[in-house]
Amino acid sequence: MSSPVSRGFRHLRRPSAGQEGRVPPGQYVTQGFPVLSAGPTPRTPLPEWTFSIRQDGDTLTSWTWQEFQRLPAATVTADIHCVTRWTKLDTVWRGVSMDTLLEHVEHDDPYVLAFCDGGYTSNLPVKDVTGGQAWVAFDYGGQPLESEHGGPARLLVPHLYFWKSAKWVRGLELRARDEPGFWESHGYHIYGDPWKEQRYAGD
Amino acid sequence: MVRLDGNAIGGLLHEVFGADMTDAEATCATCGATSTVAEAAVYLRGPGTVVRCRTCSGVLMVISQIRGVNCVDVRGLTALDPRQGAR
Amino acid sequence: MERTAVRGRLTWQVATVASVRTETDSVRTLGLEVPGWPGHRAGQHLDVRLTAEDGYRAERSYSIATAGGEPVAITVERLDDGEVSPYLTGELRAGDQLELRGPIGRWFVWDPSDGGPLLLVAGGSGVVPLRAILRHRQRSGSNVPVRLLYSSRTLADVIYHRELDQYRGGAQVSYTLTRSQPPGWTGYSGRVDAAMLAEIAWPASQHPLAFVCGPTSFVEAVAEQLVALGYPAGRVKTERFGGT
Repeated sequence: MSSPVSRGFRHLRRPSAGQEGRVPPGQYVTQGFPVLSAGPTPRTPLPEWTFSIRQDGDTLTSWTWQEFQRLPAATVTADIHCVTRWTKLDTVWRGVSMDTLLEHVEHDDPYVLAFCDGGYTSNLPVKDVTGGQAWVAFDYGGQPLESEHGGPARLLVPHLYFWKSAKWVRGLELRARDEPGFWESHGYHIYGDPWKEQRYAGD
Repeated sequence: MVRLDGNAIGGLLHEVFGADMTDAEATCATCGATSTVAEAAVYLRGPGTVVRCRTCSGVLMVISQIRGVNCVDVRGLTALDPRQGAR
Repeated sequence: MERTAVRGRLTWQVATVASVRTETDSVRTLGLEVPGWPGHRAGQHLDVRLTAEDGYRAERSYSIATAGGEPVAITVERLDDGEVSPYLTGELRAGDQLELRGPIGRWFVWDPSDGGPLLLVAGGSGVVPLRAILRHRQRSGSNVPVRLLYSSRTLADVIYHRELDQYRGGAQVSYTLTRSQPPGWTGYSGRVDAAMLAEIAWPASQHPLAFVCGPTSFVEAVAEQLVALGYPAGRVKTERFGGT
């Protein structure tokens, strides 16, 4: 069904010269940082915050906020790609590498399910959150991560569509099977590679 | 601002259900509260539209538009009753 | 005529912009010619869809600014970082076309048979559907008492100012300016709060009906305060506006 073109309407976010190699198919570059949520912003006080790694209902290891802040952290610059078609280049974060966190557990599960305050989940293969590809980020742009953007801490997995980078993350569940998280259960791709334009289930 | 209410998705709900549902009564599967769809908490502009119960924040509905098709999950509702009447 | 109430298909159709009226620096009212428009109720809205040459689409909802029986019009506020509003308030001209569907809404609507007394509380562009309600009330000759409390940043931001100032008698309009007030200002100043509402709102004992419209935080603060004044939650109808 074709719609008449709205004379003179152009969308804000167009890839500019020199950016093409960095912008996955179907994406537009944005200067802002859109806030998208599936639910209300949780407000867990830091003294109550923990990050846990769980398996089969057991907590294998867990960090309080203070303990988490003492872990080695890295500054990460990444381009991020939202399935709603905006891409933001050169975002700067600070966070603890998932490699650092998973070092503390012995396991051979191939998948994780990130779980969050508010109930959001996203599923990922372990090989996509290791090897320097994923962090639990607590700073954005040199400042503590704002709650509307997922603070105090969110997952950061820039090589996949940004819905995988779960906001308000509180831990990972190790899983033997790849079980769909929130958006994966509602029509979105189980893996989500923006360079293969894997937006929807079956792409 | 990312959080609106059911009024904002009146058109989408009409597409999905074939009728204007803004004044329909929704019963939450999580907490049992009944409320008008127009007053539900709606989260827009994400990968999909999430409609939540104002009492308990439980998910009432999720509507994703996948390749031009509306995919609707109403497992969060135990009832959705349009109001009858001349209007 | 009850055609407006008939449940029917809601389909996208092409409308022509008949007029563009400047309300304030950043606000325009677009008069629309919509073939086969079935009429609408005060408080309803319509969805607008724009399509760029490369097929990119954007959709937004706008409240209808006029009463049923009047030509369809929407009032749009330009948000600087918006995607659609700068186009509708800047580029769009009379004679241009746009796609829309409507009318939409069966909850945030008012007819004289709904009674009153009526309390309308508007934050910024939230005044649009409430102005439609006031116009409908006047056109229908209703004498349901109504009070509008309208919050704007400055006097220059007040939409429909001259029209609202003309209401007398059973319709009272009060303004509050939150950012700055002109010399000699006799209206309210500052954000709508419990004290201001206590002065303006009809006593709960009169079984009033309230409509609150504007940004989410405004609407929720006002609705909470009205409930604290004794308004049953079911008698406070809300419509939240978002950005872009």
